[in-house]
Amino acid sequence: MAASSPAGYLLVLALVVPVIGLLGMSVTALIGLRRVEFVAFPVLVAGLAVAGAIATTVAETGEALTYVVGGWAPPLGLALRADGVSAVMLAMAALVVALVALNARALFCADDATPDGRRAFAFWSLLMGLWSALNLVLVGEDLFNLFVALELLTFAAVPLVCLDGRAATLEAALRYLVFALIGSALYLLGTALLYGRYGTLDIGTLRELTQPDLATHAAVALMIGGLMAKAALFPLHIWLPPAHAGAPAPASAVLSALVVKAPFFLIVRLWFDVLPGPPSLPAAQVLAGLGAAAILICSVVALRQERLKLMIAYSTVAQIGYLFLMFRLTAEPGVPAWQTIGWTGGMLQLVSHAFAKAAMFLAAGMIAEALGHDRIAELAGAGRAAPVSVFAFGLAGLSLMGLPPSGGFVAKLLLLNAATLAGAWWIAAVISVGGLLAAAYVTRVLKRAMATPPAPLATRPVALSRELTALTLALVAVALGLVPLQPFELLAIGRP
Amino acid sequence: MKLALDAVLVATLLVLALFSLAARQARASAIGFMGFGLVLALVWVRLGAVDVALTEAAVGALTGLLLLGATSLATPAAQPSRPLRLALAGLCALVAGGLAFLVLEAPDPAPSLAAAAVEPLAALDLGNPVTAVLLAYRALDTLLETVVVVLALIGIWSLAPDADWRGAPMVPGADAPSPPLRLLARLLPPVGLVVAVHILWIGADAPGGKFQAATLIAAMGLLVLMAGLAPAPKLGNTRLRALVVGGPALFLALGLLGFLVPGSFLAWPEGLAKPVIVLIEVALTTSLAVLLALIVLGPGARRPRA
Repeated sequence: MAASSPAGYLLVLALVVPVIGLLGMSVTALIGLRRVEFVAFPVLVAGLAVAGAIATTVAETGEALTYVVGGWAPPLGLALRADGVSAVMLAMAALVVALVALNARALFCADDATPDGRRAFAFWSLLMGLWSALNLVLVGEDLFNLFVALELLTFAAVPLVCLDGRAATLEAALRYLVFALIGSALYLLGTALLYGRYGTLDIGTLRELTQPDLATHAAVALMIGGLMAKAALFPLHIWLPPAHAGAPAPASAVLSALVVKAPFFLIVRLWFDVLPGPPSLPAAQVLAGLGAAAILICSVVALRQERLKLMIAYSTVAQIGYLFLMFRLTAEPGVPAWQTIGWTGGMLQLVSHAFAKAAMFLAAGMIAEALGHDRIAELAGAGRAAPVSVFAFGLAGLSLMGLPPSGGFVAKLLLLNAATLAGAWWIAAVISVGGLLAAAYVTRVLKRAMATPPAPLATRPVALSRELTALTLALVAVALGLVPLQPFELLAIGRP
Repeated sequence: MKLALDAVLVATLLVLALFSLAARQARASAIGFMGFGLVLALVWVRLGAVDVALTEAAVGALTGLLLLGATSLATPAAQPSRPLRLALAGLCALVAGGLAFLVLEAPDPAPSLAAAAVEPLAALDLGNPVTAVLLAYRALDTLLETVVVVLALIGIWSLAPDADWRGAPMVPGADAPSPPLRLLARLLPPVGLVVAVHILWIGADAPGGKFQAATLIAAMGLLVLMAGLAPAPKLGNTRLRALVVGGPALFLALGLLGFLVPGSFLAWPEGLAKPVIVLIEVALTTSLAVLLALIVLGPGARRPRA
């Protein structure tokens, strides 16, 4: 088993820095601080620096970073590892969290000792827990360690949904909790089966050991089933729209952009790193089929929503569908998955959706603050009340529709090419129709927002600095459209 | 004889499970489920997993308290439709049947890391491999699991009304405790504490350890509060908060010191492994006891008017 890399300690810091923030936030009085956000920002800066250092180290050395925790080598101990994909996603998570935090500052800045301190304390603490959990999902190499990551993620994400305390959001949070816990239980059952079969939980070791037998396939199927519920893959998505729409906008942004990607990332790990031999085509067809159904059905449902945030939430379910097309589109005989354009397209879709969706939710939050509501039918005047936000919404929309220049365009083009190469015409058709549907639901909002209101509106001013965070996220999604159109070497670093 | 005992245990388990599912009243369901947990603890003992048995019994007691509290508050919900219930039952049966089949098919003896986990025990100066797994080989899991418990508490606190979020939680029954409860709350805690310290201390060499000890201490604390012998603490209290995060914070700090000596995160210096582990266990027990008690008590609440 590989020893720790010289810079491997960075992986530990990626996990630990947010936890230090989380623990510190409970005792702000002890360190003489009155506001929880004063702890959050130094932690955010440190976390960003760590993520940046990991990404540059992996890109420069062209090798994965590894760390053996406590010197106890797997399979007895735990290893952490960041390959190219993980490094990109660590950087993505850090950037999204930091920009969302800048936007959230004005909403969650109350003194800890006041009644409003409840929301501030909960938001920042949970955000820190969530960030640590995401980082662990990305660098964990042990299936049980990854289960701990999923538990951290669940317990940080669920309370974010009902921060405003309304009965409806509480119900949404509980439903989310039930789905997430059932998902965890299935994942854990599969993990136990794998341990019983192979006597190890280390992914690096399992890769060498797994046999194409019933027990292995059943275990991985249970785990993927559980993760599908957490990733809100159609038809297990019913918990997502009320949960993501009910949360405060910055929380929605993190939940939609990052949290649902974590279980997807673990499905990718199981599919490509634990399952033995070439993946089964029928199973890949099933996952891609569910993804296609998500794209078509949830895009149509998004088009029919009356509330802006619910529309964006349904769009998330549809966009997650694209990710699952990847399993079918990376199945090229004789070619490792990470050298296919399906792999690059899928990963790019994941990253560009994260930025675009975070931008969209933040923009929607600013629009709702300016107008006092988020009813799509009554959005007229939003273009004047919060012009930068509406512009950010439109830019982010480009990525969802798959129009140039945007990361979404490149991602969908790569997926489309992969579908054509693989002869999967039905997937190519779904990608095209999905783009049209996304164009319909985005322009529907923009058209209303740019209209002149029938009567002069009483709007509340929104801070330009907060609007700019949404715009920055949207611009990153656009800038991702400038990456080269080939299998991207960075995304193949450290693959076996 | 042993076979007969196992058969009785399994049959009781099944009957209690069915009773919990079929009971018409939520309260009966909850009580059935608590019984299920106790019998399950016995099953763990029969399987030789005494650590798991202790945890099952300890955690079952606290969750039972929570479930009973919840059933007394919740209004009876409408039953889900019959087809849905049948579909869910079918799905559960399929998963359970499939698992049973796979477990029976599993290689015997199963591949295991048990031997590898025992080997370094002497160097760590520990006798219980479970403690070595939790605080040496897989210390990162344990550290982060305690953070999960902290997050759970923060999640619960976030449910409070704004005005009361730093106030004391409501303690069920504390306003009018029965005399027997008051007597019990005076007699039991000293004994409970001694037992908890014993469980914690022997955890290094025999089944037992911080989680079981913490649960016991939490239960003793709750007993005192429910008997009205002490007021519930205010959740904004800095000392209380320091107790909550102190254990994980010390664990993390010592883990980070490992970078310096002996040179790896969550590694313990040679010869000092046992004292460091005991220190962490004591700190974690304190924090976990407070955490578990606070989780059962729930969010800050308005004082009910007398």
